[in-house]
Parts: sequence; structure tokens; C-alpha cells
Amino acid sequence: MIEIDNITKIYEGRPAVDAVSMTIESATITAIVGTSGSGKSTLLRMINRLVEPTSGEVRINGEPTTGMAKNALRRRIGYAIQGHGLFPHHTVARNIGAVPRLLGWDKAKIQDRVDELLDLFSMPPEEFRSRYPAELSGGQQQRVGVARALASRPDLLLMDEPFGALDPIIRTRAQADLHRIQRTLGSTILLVTHDMEEAIQLGDQVAVMDQGRLVQHGTPAEIISNPATDFVAEMVGGVDRPLRLLSLLPISDILEDGAAEGEPIDEKTNLREALSACLWSGRDSVPVERNGALIGHVTLKAIRSRAEGSHELG
Amino acid sequence: MSWANLLRAAVCGLMLALVLRPEWFEPMFAPFAPEGAAIIYDRASLLSLSLSHLVIVAAASVAAVFVALLLAILVTRPSGKAFLPLSRTIANMGQTFPPVAVLALAVPMLGFGSGPTLVALFLYGILPIFENTMTGLSTLPPATMEAARGIGLSRRQRLFQVELPLALPLILTGIRLSVVIAIGTATIGSTVAARTLGEVIIAGLLTNNTAYVLQGGLIVGLFAVLIYDALTQLETFFQKRLGLAH
Repeated sequence: MIEIDNITKIYEGRPAVDAVSMTIESATITAIVGTSGSGKSTLLRMINRLVEPTSGEVRINGEPTTGMAKNALRRRIGYAIQGHGLFPHHTVARNIGAVPRLLGWDKAKIQDRVDELLDLFSMPPEEFRSRYPAELSGGQQQRVGVARALASRPDLLLMDEPFGALDPIIRTRAQADLHRIQRTLGSTILLVTHDMEEAIQLGDQVAVMDQGRLVQHGTPAEIISNPATDFVAEMVGGVDRPLRLLSLLPISDILEDGAAEGEPIDEKTNLREALSACLWSGRDSVPVERNGALIGHVTLKAIRSRAEGSHELG
Repeated sequence: MSWANLLRAAVCGLMLALVLRPEWFEPMFAPFAPEGAAIIYDRASLLSLSLSHLVIVAAASVAAVFVALLLAILVTRPSGKAFLPLSRTIANMGQTFPPVAVLALAVPMLGFGSGPTLVALFLYGILPIFENTMTGLSTLPPATMEAARGIGLSRRQRLFQVELPLALPLILTGIRLSVVIAIGTATIGSTVAARTLGEVIIAGLLTNNTAYVLQGGLIVGLFAVLIYDALTQLETFFQKRLGLAH
């Protein structure tokens, strides 16, 4: 558990981060969203003390970060940034093994960990281990950057716009990969983004920052259905709100028995995709399958009622 | 073997022949020597002069590399930023003094011989290396530096594992410039009795023997070309390692 306690950073008399407190539960993803200049990156950088707070403190599992040596603290916390920041003169294996090497792991253990992570990111170790970053695609560089941040099994992973430099298709894949890997490893992730869509898709919790203040902190559904301020409402985007909300709801919520016509959709998708399937093929209901077997159907009417009822959520 | 390597081997062979078997070139230099004068320099062995020339250049360059690197590292640390203008001025001053003036000033203190030449070459060699190292260390990729700090490398680890390796190609360019300048400038050292190939050139100038001048000049020129080429290849090698060129 990470506790941020009343933390403030003042630059030239002005607060860049203004008395922010929040708690991050272990094994969850928290997405901090805000426009540029909202203080979200400064907040993140105060956690591994790349920026020293003017006042307030951060505790990791109850232990204040100010009590630890800076470099020792940073080696306990994973750090992945926009534009990956890989060492261009080191191989992929050496890049990923950077923190374990600093921590003095033995060679065999580092190599096993590197191979394990490359496998996890679907990059065959024997093919990628000894390549240099310049020989990788943008998406692969980004994956190696995240693998480096995860290498020492850190208590916490900080990510500053990690997908900012990727094109949209690769970006969507990278987000899905991160989600899968976080669930597999049970990592605690704090991620900064300017993209509300990304925050809603990835975050178990979403924290919205505006002018250095934390204006709202809650589940994606709460943020969408009950924006605390006009700024948050603007961030979640008025017209897209019902669609964003539907994208958070699983099919199982409104699954009904019985059959329906046409191409089925998978049970693991969400209501936005079910709505999309209805609209695209002009159907009033679509069949739902689980592992290829039909298990029921969802109706357009039920989807609509969930979207309308959304303001009562939260 | 590629054309470039063939050319390299040819130039290398020519240089070795000029140094070890100067008598082979007698017919070539004969038209430039005055009537009755010796055509090939024979007052000292060209091999020993060449070696002494290269040793002086190497010694001065090693000292210059050491001092320039140290200065550049110091002034690119947060605590050394204040010394940046001062160290720039000192390095530039070393460059504005003509080497002859340095020799003239150093002789009364160090006497005749290699001493004054070493001082002049050392002062001359600092600037290119200092400027290039400083540029290299202050134009590192920001994301890489941020990551290096963020994953917990100490200052010293950042310097030796990230900053210097990444600045290496630029540092090597500075060393190359500096060494090539020193190879040429060392010839002037012979005016104050340093044992360099300048001896051959100066003897030629004093006795109107163009053959001597050509002989000394050619060997110095070939040294410069070969060393320039070798260091360029080294730079390309490291650039490739860094993924900066393919």
C-alpha cells in the first residue's frame, strides 16, 4: 500500500502540487489524469524523489520514503517513461537487467529473470536478448522499457505517459499487454496520462488532477457518472459518457437466456462492443458465446437501459 | 579486400618504406637536391627520429586527454557549472598562443630539448578534446538520463556507465583533431632541439635542400593521414555500437 500524505511542491512561490493525499492499494492500477501543467508528473516524481516535496510525505507499506537513501528507494520502485529511455549502448538483456545488477543479483538469476520478462512480453528471448535498442521497433522498445521497470519485482511501478510516443494501434496493444501483465504479476502501478480513455481502460482507480489539486479520485464508473467538477465532466467528455460507461460494463450484467440471430459476440467483451454489434448489423439482440458455445443473448433494449441508468451509478 | 583497405595498405607500405628504406627513393628526390648535396637525410636515422616524434606526440596527447577529460567532467557536474566560463577561457588561451611563442617562453624555464615541445603540444591539445567532451556530456538523450536517475544509478554510475560511453564518439573526434594537430606542430619543436622529424625539414630549409623538406614533410603527412584514418574507424565502430549509425 502506498500512502501519499498531504504532499506539496512549490516552484517559485506557486504550488505545482497542492496538498495532495491519496492511498493506492496493492495490486491495483491507479491512473492519474490531467492536462499538461496539472502537476501530475511532479506528483509522480515526488514518489521516487526525483523531485523533493516541499512538505508532506509518501509512505510505502508504512515506511516513509524520506527515511531511505534516494538511490536505494529508486531501485525498489520501477520507473517507465515516455520515449522508453533505454540505454542505447546496452543490449536488451543488459537494459532489462539494469536494476537487478544494481541490487547485486547473481548472473544466472538475472538472466533467468530477463528471459522470463521477454517471454511475458511475447518477445522470444533467443531472438531479442542480444539486440540493441536501435534495432527494435517503437512498440518493442516500449515493452523493453516496461520490462526493465518490472525486472526487480518492485513494490511499485511508476509510469509517466508510457504509451505517449506510440501510434494508436500499437498503443492499444501495449495497454492490453500492460493490463494482462499487471493481473498476472499482481503489480501495483501508478500511471500518469493526459488521455482519459486510457485512464478509464487501464485504471482500477482514476485520480483527476487540475492545477496542482486532486479534484476527484474514484473508480472509472464513479468518475464518469458523477464528475465532481466541471473540469472532470469536460475531461470525461460529455457526449461520449454513455459509451465510456458501457465500455466498463461486462456482458454478464444483462445476459439473458435464449437465442438470437446472426454473428455472436464473446462473453469477455463489454456492452459498448455489444451495442456496436447491434447497430452495425441492424439487430435488436445479439447472441453471446463462451469458448465458442452459445450461452444466451443480450438485447439492445437492455443495453439502452444500462446507459440511461448510468447517472444513478456511483 | 575492399578498395579502402587496399589503399590503406598501400599508404602504410609507402610510410614504412620512407622511414626504413629511404635510399629507395633517391631517384625520386634527386631533382630537388642542390648539385653535389646529399639527397637522403643521413645525419640521424629516420626511424629513430620518427619514433621520437611519435613518442613526444603520444606523451603530450595522453596528458592533454587526461586534463581535458577531467576538466570537462568537472564543469558538467552540477557543482562545477560555475567554473565553466573560466575553464573555457583557459583552454582557449592555450589555443591562441602560437606554438612558437610557447616554445620561446618555455625554453628559459625548461631548457633546450623535448620539454618545451611537450608543453606546447599539451597546451595545444587540450581545447579540441575539452570542447568535444563538454558537448558530448551536455547533449545526452534526456529520456535516457531521466531513466538512469529514475532507476537508481548513483552519480558515479551514471557518469561511467551512461554519460561517458554515450559521449565517447564525440570525445574520440576531439582526440583525433588534437592528435593530428600535434603531429604537425611537433615539427616546430626541432627549432629548440627536440628530436622530431622537424629536424629533417629544418635542415632542408637551412641548406636549401628541398629533397630533405619533402622527405620530412611526406613522412609527417603520412603519419597524420594514417592516424586520422585509424581514429575515424574507431569512432565509427563505437557509433555503431551505440546504434547511432548503421
